[in-house]
Amino acid sequence: MSAAPALDARGIVKRFGPTLALDSVALTVRPGESHALVGRNGAGKSTLVGVVTGLHRQDAGTVAFGGAPAPAFGDRAAWQAKVACVYQQSMVVPDLTVAENLFLNRFEGGPIRWGRLRRRAADLLAEYGVNVDPDVRARELTVEQRQFVEIARALSFGARLIVLDEPTAQLDARGIERLFTKLRELQAQGVAFLFISHHLQEVYELCTAVTVYRDARHVVTAPVAELAKDDLVAAMTGEAGAGASWHAGARAVREDAAPVLTVEGLALDGEFEPVDLAVRPGEVLGLAGAAASGNTALGETLAGMRRASAGRIAVRGRTVRPGSVPHALDAGIGYIPEDRHRQGLVPQRSVAENATLTVTDQLGPWGTVLPSRTREFARSMIASLDIKTRGPGQLVSGLSGGNQQKVVVARALARRPVALVAVRPTAGVDVKSKEALLAVVRRVADEGNAAVIVSDELDDLRVCDRVLALFHGRVVAAYDSGWSDRELVAAMEGVGERP
Amino acid sequence: MTETVTTAPAGVADAGARRRLAHVRWSDFSLVPVILVLMVIGFIVSPVFLTSDNLISVIQQSSELSLLVLGQALILICGRMDLSLESTIGIAPVIAMWLVLPSEGGRFAGLGLLPTWTAIPLCLLVGVAIGAVNGFLMLKLNVNGFIATLGMLTMLRGLHVGITEGKSITEVPESFRYLGKTDWLGAPAAVWICLTLFAVGGAALAWLRHGRALYAIGGNPEAARAAGIRVDRITWAVLAIGGLLAAFAGILYTGHYGSVAATQGNGWIFQVFAAAVIGGISLKGGRGTLFGALTGVLTLQLVVNVMTLGGVPALWNQFLNGAIIIVALVISRFASGEKQD
Repeated sequence: MSAAPALDARGIVKRFGPTLALDSVALTVRPGESHALVGRNGAGKSTLVGVVTGLHRQDAGTVAFGGAPAPAFGDRAAWQAKVACVYQQSMVVPDLTVAENLFLNRFEGGPIRWGRLRRRAADLLAEYGVNVDPDVRARELTVEQRQFVEIARALSFGARLIVLDEPTAQLDARGIERLFTKLRELQAQGVAFLFISHHLQEVYELCTAVTVYRDARHVVTAPVAELAKDDLVAAMTGEAGAGASWHAGARAVREDAAPVLTVEGLALDGEFEPVDLAVRPGEVLGLAGAAASGNTALGETLAGMRRASAGRIAVRGRTVRPGSVPHALDAGIGYIPEDRHRQGLVPQRSVAENATLTVTDQLGPWGTVLPSRTREFARSMIASLDIKTRGPGQLVSGLSGGNQQKVVVARALARRPVALVAVRPTAGVDVKSKEALLAVVRRVADEGNAAVIVSDELDDLRVCDRVLALFHGRVVAAYDSGWSDRELVAAMEGVGERP
Repeated sequence: MTETVTTAPAGVADAGARRRLAHVRWSDFSLVPVILVLMVIGFIVSPVFLTSDNLISVIQQSSELSLLVLGQALILICGRMDLSLESTIGIAPVIAMWLVLPSEGGRFAGLGLLPTWTAIPLCLLVGVAIGAVNGFLMLKLNVNGFIATLGMLTMLRGLHVGITEGKSITEVPESFRYLGKTDWLGAPAAVWICLTLFAVGGAALAWLRHGRALYAIGGNPEAARAAGIRVDRITWAVLAIGGLLAAFAGILYTGHYGSVAATQGNGWIFQVFAAAVIGGISLKGGRGTLFGALTGVLTLQLVVNVMTLGGVPALWNQFLNGAIIIVALVISRFASGEKQD
């Protein structure tokens, strides 16, 4: 590897007003390398991505691509030919075809010749081995196919460095596997990737080198093979990390106690087949499964977001009216929805308002909501969940991802649920917040309530006392605490044998 | 307050006051300086402007429009829109009168089915029914709200013309006249009613759980649903309230002028939207206050008043009206510092 590095950033300083977002950090990505950039929320990763993609102008330091200095700030076309970023939110136009998306605003002069455009798109996709029909509309693609299209588009501009910002956040395990396979192929062609992820397991799977930032500073850069997972977590958090293979210990699950949450023959056509569950006081039940396994639908049905086509749900023996969130709430079911942007938060409203959304009937007499009591309530929530905010009045959209998720959790806990249903509660949050959030779920159960975690993240499932694996709408395996990663993943992928 | 980790104990009281101040969204007051400037201009243009008679008449003239804005603001905050309000203001009184007026003797032949005292309740009921139909179309059939209410607007205007055969009705029930003409404490009843309704609406949005729910529904309906808010039911109620307010505006308007013209309310919806948006209500839902909406109405009406007093030829009114809307929109955009959507 004597070639000039695909990206060489040195001594980058960036200030936003009084905040120092980057304190003379460095980053070097070699051609054909997958380089992970990790760090907790607020470490400066996004700012660095902004600088190396030409969206922010650094206050000091130099950026070079392939040995040549970076284009002038603001020259978008020149930047596009050097580097591209595939964001969490897709940048393709959903109602246009793949071909049109690929050549958007790059049509040849004169009227558009559609036949030619399709052929060029097909050639481009074939060149990078992307198996997508250029004639389908972008909205019909799967998430990873959309990412392939964005990558192919970026490469066709001449970029040889692709920044992937949390590319796996919305993918199931299969999608991730297909994405990684594609990325490795492209690496072999000399494309370099800067991979931003909270998912350390993926860093070890895909990347060859890793750089850690903490509090706007560069901490370490090392080949992945030479950095143990514990050391990596320690570098990110600045303290010795807890072993990632931690499991829920033998808890005080009262085996003889009557179940808090019982589910009998619950089914939803097209999503999951009849399932029976019983969650005892003090127990955390995990529902593991990939994207189309039906575990999310099951969680949403428990919370009343969807109406089951058969079966019943009961809390402490009392049947809950199906398909009604208010009735589920009154029965004591708390709900942490899957996607905080879609179902969790009202972005333009304050932290206090979001956190008290489920308890507006308890904040004043005769249907009134008293601002003083709302703030009071929110403050106690902020304190008990350690939400980092300027105060209850701050708009929730101004919080970091982990703290936003805590607000969603606060909302679910506000009614003191006896059965908590959490769907992917730690999606897109940093390591530290993740631990805090899972500890909260555990705490709810330890107080004698029931909790259900619906997820495909092994770290989420580790806090569970019992895990059921779903595949194509059926429960295919059940594990007590102490399962191995391999067997659970195999069960979620439908390759495990039934116990 | 003691458990707040972010504030030092010494500055607690001070921080509390500042925090309360931080809850005031200055964008809601962005039109207040505009109104003050308009009043200064009005004073310079004509000495008549600052007389109480003139100012009361400005408010009187804006009372019907402001009721429509009140209804529309509530509907917009919860993320919907209702164009048919401008037809409701005409059709609701017409149907009420059609049902109560005798079939013979007057210029307008009613059905005479119900006693005259039912005119006001009937009129309000028609408004609620129209809102409920809009709700049915949007929430149960899930059709596009803009086009559905546009259809309702046209259809109801047609119904109005059909029933009245395109003529004005001049035999207005006494109860309508009373509300439109009476003075309470030196100002028209309509003004007091209007201000009261805005105050009640504003208080409901600030302090009632169902009022707060409108912001959650408009801001993110899925999140509201996941939090146990009955999104459809509340939206439906708000649409019905919108219809009710429009029908009530119809009563005041009819009572004030002593007749219902075939064009009553025609074209108002543009003013309604303009007033709401320059008053800081977001067309995408979840944002804005009724105070802002009220300042929006007053701004538009004051401009018209100042132009009239200033002797601007009536033929240029429409041009200036449109121009003023755009200028006010730009002013409120930059005064509030927020993007409008």
